[in-house]
Amino acid sequence: MGKITNEELLKSLNSKFEGAITVVGEPFGLLTLETGREHIIAVLSFLKTDPALQFIYLTDITAIHYPEQEKQIGVIYHLHSLVNNVRVRIKVFLADNDVHIPTASTVWDGANWMERETYDFFGVIFDGHPDLRRILNVDDMTAFPMRKEFPLEDPNRVDKKDYFFGR
Amino acid sequence: MSDIQIVGAPAGVEGAGFFATSLDKAVGLARANSLWPLPFATSCCGIEFMATMASHYDLSRFGAERLSFSPRQADLLMVMGTIAKKMGPVLRQVYLQMAEPRWVMAVGACASSGGIFDTYSVLQGIDEVIPVDVYVPGCPPRPEAIIDGFMGIQELVKTETLRRRNEPQYQQLLASYGIQ
Repeated sequence: MGKITNEELLKSLNSKFEGAITVVGEPFGLLTLETGREHIIAVLSFLKTDPALQFIYLTDITAIHYPEQEKQIGVIYHLHSLVNNVRVRIKVFLADNDVHIPTASTVWDGANWMERETYDFFGVIFDGHPDLRRILNVDDMTAFPMRKEFPLEDPNRVDKKDYFFGR
Repeated sequence: MSDIQIVGAPAGVEGAGFFATSLDKAVGLARANSLWPLPFATSCCGIEFMATMASHYDLSRFGAERLSFSPRQADLLMVMGTIAKKMGPVLRQVYLQMAEPRWVMAVGACASSGGIFDTYSVLQGIDEVIPVDVYVPGCPPRPEAIIDGFMGIQELVKTETLRRRNEPQYQQLLASYGIQ
């Protein structure tokens, strides 16, 4: 275990962001929090710069799509305190018609490409990002392929048509 | 007796001190036995190609001794492996840079049809961007299969008429891929 426990971490966060953070759970000891997009940059900055916590390493930014939820798109931040050997996961859920969130590239330069990737696959728009364009997929792609409304398969595939199999 | 095998003469008229055949056949014979392949190897089929090119299977026996890594000097484009959609324009550019006459071989399931990668990011067969002469099935194909496909190319080269590349059908084929 790390040098600071999840309880201490949560206490520290709650003293600064009273009411803005909810605990989702602690699967496998990984504290998982949820917050709103109006607080996320402040929370990330606090976790990074707080002299006791020192979550200096942004492991990943990614997203998830739950079509059945009211707020469908979730943006997920994984943080790691290399000093204290503690990790934390922060989720922000956004409505489908308003997938804007402030960029974390103001806090970590490394967030730049992570956010480009998240935009590429989920269409999350990171406000204030210096260069928000596709990073992995072809530039002329119109879909955000990891969203559930886009089919995974390529529509040009011909050898899987039903009539080849007598269906 | 030398055990060096020499390719047989094409069909023609033979007599005392002379042998006559058509220019098509003579040119075809020369071309078919000195193909310069450009290996466009992107994944595991490329590993099989390395075995094909190495001493055990030795593709050089078929006159493909010299791999050309410049498309300008290549006759045969061997596409071996998954071609992502982002790689499609690159592959097309390589094909455009090759001089006529040029042939294309799609080695393996991915190059032929997308293979198991039926997904948004993978080209579903290179024939979406360039015309293909021979498809080699397999995932990956064994070197024997690649050699068989290569011999198929040789057969095409041997029997191709010299005028084929100027025919309207061929121009039409290229035009259907947006190549003028």
